[in-house]
Amino acid sequence: MKISGSEILLESLKREGVRHMFGYPGGVVLNIFDLLHDEKEIQLILTRHEQGAVHAADGYARATGRAGVALVTSGPGATNTVTGIATAAMDSIPLVVISGQVPTMLIGNDAFQEADIVGITRPCTKYNFLVKDVNDLARTIKEAFHIANTGRPGPVLIDLPKDVTTSKAEFHWPETVKIRSYNPTYEGNKYMITQAAHMIAKAKKPLIIAGGGVISSGAAKELTELAEITQVPVTMTMMGLGGFPGTHKLSLGMLGMHGTYYANRAVQDADLLIAIGMRFDDRVTGKIDAFAPHAKIIHIDIDPTSIRKNVRVDIPIVGDVNRVLTVMNKVIREEVKEPWEEVRKAWAKQIAVWKKERPMTYDREADIIKPQYVVEKIFELTKGDAIIATEVGQNQMWAAQFYQYDKPRTWLSSGGLGTMGYGFPAAIGAQLAFPNKLVIDIAGDGSIQMNIQELATAVINKLPVKVAILNNRFLGMVRQWQELFYQERYSHTKLDESVPDFVKIAEAYNAVGLRATKKSEVVPVLKEAFSIKRPVFMDFIIDWQEKVYPMVPAGAAIDNMLFAEEKKKPEKKLRAVK
Amino acid sequence: MRHTISVLVENKFGVLSRISGLFSGRGYNIESLSVGETIDPNVSVMTIVTTGDDWIVEQITKQLNKLIDVIKVVDMTELDHVEREMVLIKVAPRQEDKAEVLRLAEIFRGRVVDSSPKTYTIEITGDEKKIAAIVELLRPMGIKEFVRTGKIAIAREGIKKP
Repeated sequence: MKISGSEILLESLKREGVRHMFGYPGGVVLNIFDLLHDEKEIQLILTRHEQGAVHAADGYARATGRAGVALVTSGPGATNTVTGIATAAMDSIPLVVISGQVPTMLIGNDAFQEADIVGITRPCTKYNFLVKDVNDLARTIKEAFHIANTGRPGPVLIDLPKDVTTSKAEFHWPETVKIRSYNPTYEGNKYMITQAAHMIAKAKKPLIIAGGGVISSGAAKELTELAEITQVPVTMTMMGLGGFPGTHKLSLGMLGMHGTYYANRAVQDADLLIAIGMRFDDRVTGKIDAFAPHAKIIHIDIDPTSIRKNVRVDIPIVGDVNRVLTVMNKVIREEVKEPWEEVRKAWAKQIAVWKKERPMTYDREADIIKPQYVVEKIFELTKGDAIIATEVGQNQMWAAQFYQYDKPRTWLSSGGLGTMGYGFPAAIGAQLAFPNKLVIDIAGDGSIQMNIQELATAVINKLPVKVAILNNRFLGMVRQWQELFYQERYSHTKLDESVPDFVKIAEAYNAVGLRATKKSEVVPVLKEAFSIKRPVFMDFIIDWQEKVYPMVPAGAAIDNMLFAEEKKKPEKKLRAVK
Repeated sequence: MRHTISVLVENKFGVLSRISGLFSGRGYNIESLSVGETIDPNVSVMTIVTTGDDWIVEQITKQLNKLIDVIKVVDMTELDHVEREMVLIKVAPRQEDKAEVLRLAEIFRGRVVDSSPKTYTIEITGDEKKIAAIVELLRPMGIKEFVRTGKIAIAREGIKKP
């Protein structure tokens, strides 16, 4: 029996195990939305902006490990997805974005709501398709999910002209998919792995740098095993947070521009770096010529282009992190037995000295609310059992520094692209996947306004996302750079009285708004918010002068760090406290 | 250094723009690019001439391999290979140079494919050096138009000694 393209689409999504998607209707996708009206197995969450839909799908994917799905209309609907798609591409997040397109006969005619979305998204997708024939639709969807989920994951877009959604065809679901030109390497080279194992044994000052690949390949357990057997300390990129327990005694926290003193010192002093599922981004390496000057480098990544892109590598291992580490752990247990604790003693001692020298800290005695205090209290009250999303800027860095992520997929943050407005919709996506989990978006007063409309989505779908707004009435991270490097000329970063009353906004959307202006109010506000089963905006009026430290200035070596002033400077006149 | 890279791709809509987009998006050079179907109509071969140091060329070949539609990438520069390019040169010589133009075409095993009272159009095939040489010799005679196909390349098969 022949069925329509719209029916083929939904049936194919079901075969792929899709239960939720995010989207926004429009002219050319009306046929699909008409079917969704009676659809029982797939729930579409209507967001209030297509960007929100893609970020929500992304948050869903990061929290679950399964590809997120978004469905939007042509033209502006499709172009609104671009930021979300690019965000997912930079962070290797599997997404399938389905965009409607004008009918095939009108393509290229500048038709109403036509945009060449395949052309526009070509550089920011892992792959994209324009389906011209309904007979290709089922196979295309199968291939799209296959490409999105395998190898180094990433976003895939399917452009679906309206006539393809109405044309009819027999439904043939391909059980397997084979793309001759796409064969990711999963198994690492055994010889290289063995070499690497011996190199780890020989090293005096080895350090593991864990990246997002540990999380996407599900290798957190294998990584912990490697670190524990060999007693090698672990630092994480921002994308790697949660890939190794933040509270583990071998954890050095995050490295890089806003990394810990001890992680950055360890990198610069190490004689061996074991880079696992990470890509030596400039925010990690700082000045590349001065990066890890004494270290040999073992680099494990599924994407060959990540290897030898930015840094020289001594032992490259192309493969899936999980499988490579499984083999490596076996080799180490069987062939490379060392009295590890003994071997690592001096190095562990050195790291302990650095940890003591400059621990992660802030002015804990201050009366004013310090943003780090809010983040620490969130960690204490949730005992780390929450999913944390963030926006981008200071809020993101404080959330990375002062909350300890012990489990993978509990940290959702836009790393590579640095997309403000990511966190709130991402939190909504994660909450949909885990209705009973506490999902918190740590936000700033700037970035929350970039997708604040999604509060309607959270409220109407009863997704009790909590948003902790660290409100300093500034675009804080840019302000921090202006203070440090632009002679305190706060060009277009002072939002001040233009910042809306977030409590009233929450109430206007029929959500809950709470505010803390004093330090003593922080914990009560958090406790109250966490006890409410509805979306809550928490407005924390924080010290506007607080900066993210340590900080490596752009282009400097990563051990060239700035720290908070030891002594308190006299308070400046400008105060953003309400 | 200059590299000639042969890229086997799926003969599909949009593949050329994926390849050219990769080069422009990542700031790699393309000196020439030629595309054509192979004996298998589902597969095309692109011959790309690019320049860059070893790091860049390594990245270029890896990035090309990463594209979903790319079946195989061969850096011909690393192999014993044959390169050819065809040019069409329209020359407008003075009366006294006409014979010399025809003689040069013959020496370079070219063919005159079009002639008019004032011009000859010559087809020449060869490697880079040969084409550079004929161009230099014809330039003083007055080259009116010059079109080249871009380089194509094929690996030589090894000959086993008996």
